[in-house]
Amino acid sequence: MKSITKQKSIEDIQEGLKGLDRIFVVGCGTCTTMTKTGGIEQVEEMKERLQEMGKRVTGSTVIPTACDDMTEVAMKENEQFIRSADAILSMSCALGVHRMNLYINKPVIPAVDTLFIAVEETPGYFREACAQCGQCLLGQTAGICPLTACHKGLVNGPCGGTNNGKCEVDKDKDCAWTLIYNRLKEQGRLDLMRQYQPPRNHHIVPKPRAVKIT
Amino acid sequence: MVSRFKEALDSGKFVITSEVAPPKGTNLEKFLHHIDLLKDRVDAINITDHQSSVMRFPSLGGALAVVEKGGEAIMQMTCRDRNRMALEADLLFAYTRGIRNVLCLTGDAVPVGDHKEAMGVFDLDSLQLLKTIHQMMDGQDLGGNNLDGAVEFCAGAIVTPEAQPIEPQLIKFEKKVEVGAEFFQTQAIYDLDNFTKFMDYARKFKTPILAGIVLLSSARMARYMTENVPGIFVPQDLIDELTGVPKEEMLAKGIEIAGRTIAALKKDAICGGVHIMAIGREEAVPDIMAAAGL
Ligand code: SF4
Ligand code: SF4
Repeated sequence: MKSITKQKSIEDIQEGLKGLDRIFVVGCGTCTTMTKTGGIEQVEEMKERLQEMGKRVTGSTVIPTACDDMTEVAMKENEQFIRSADAILSMSCALGVHRMNLYINKPVIPAVDTLFIAVEETPGYFREACAQCGQCLLGQTAGICPLTACHKGLVNGPCGGTNNGKCEVDKDKDCAWTLIYNRLKEQGRLDLMRQYQPPRNHHIVPKPRAVKIT
Repeated sequence: MVSRFKEALDSGKFVITSEVAPPKGTNLEKFLHHIDLLKDRVDAINITDHQSSVMRFPSLGGALAVVEKGGEAIMQMTCRDRNRMALEADLLFAYTRGIRNVLCLTGDAVPVGDHKEAMGVFDLDSLQLLKTIHQMMDGQDLGGNNLDGAVEFCAGAIVTPEAQPIEPQLIKFEKKVEVGAEFFQTQAIYDLDNFTKFMDYARKFKTPILAGIVLLSSARMARYMTENVPGIFVPQDLIDELTGVPKEEMLAKGIEIAGRTIAALKKDAICGGVHIMAIGREEAVPDIMAAAGL
């Protein structure tokens, strides 16, 4: 599972750092390293960009996994550089931003946009595979998630937009329901597709969502 | 007041519906003119619901205009822009104002339209909407609460006989029949052999099917549709036929082709009727009907 991110435009980053002159930069050794949006190289490049903008970079680090509790240790290790900064520029995904916010009382400004959670199906090919809907249908849809693989999240079969097995929004994207049909057919389980799926419950765990495991 | 369209379907006659798109803006002049032109010629007029995901005057308001003029309206309702509560509320309102027919559609995807950053709702799908209407006819809303005054609609759906691959589409078609679709209007069909094959399969479900007839106004349009519009296939001989006439005669040729297709469908009783879509050239619908000998 990987958090997929995209670097914000340099203009957006500049806007986010308005009035903040001394910057500490944090990258992540996991997801944003994989997607080349916040690994060591990108952090170094960002530092150069920041200097070109006239910012003072007080330091930087790439935390192994910015969303886990080791972030606290990393923040402590860099305490003096962070203390002298006006803000942290985060090149981890939004989960890392949340983590850092737990430990420091300084603005943490995201330099990347968090897009979706994906699995790496083949090397370098990351596909959104689950939207955490709380009502998993994979058992009925031959393991293909209709909520993420179908543009409209349809659960009762294809819309009229299927075009030669492709989706109406993009000729390069497969229609989820062609894939589901083909796989169910192979498995001899097409009867599952004939079943009526009722409207979904959008509040299985009402927002804000959290759970305490004891 | 019952659905006159439903009566027409039940009568066993060859049913004719057509379609008018509401305007983008508040100038209803042309729209109302098209309704006047068609309301006494066809069994019902479909009013499209932000077709191709382009924001327009709403289908509910358009269907109301048809009813106010004494016509029979089929209100198209997509699941793209409203959640279940908004859809149910609009159905309540539509019923109280004399709208008796609804065509349930999933709706085109948002990014193909003119509000590319809007949220696509799809809280329900076309099948669930059909079922919702039946539940509301039984006096209950989707929350399981009793309605003080139920609705009564003739609710239909669409099917795309030229979809590739066709099998998943047919499964959905059968599911629509099961949840109580009372009629089908099809996506445009041009290949009569293929449509006849589809009807050989579909006839056994006993739900009336109105074949979609989209006017080909030029060879360019025919080529564009067959290459770009999902579920539409225009055979080469029709494209050649259009190419074979001078530009200024192409529309007349398109009218002739549409008329000819309708006449053939009627003559051999291939399906229960037709749904004529002239897409911006509603003035041509009476000519198409004349060409079909209706
Ligand atoms: S149906 Fe799709 S979104 Fe829902 S839990 Fe399963 S994989 Fe995730
Ligand atoms: S074409 Fe297929 S994937 Fe695309 S919206 Fe329709 S059913 Fe979903």
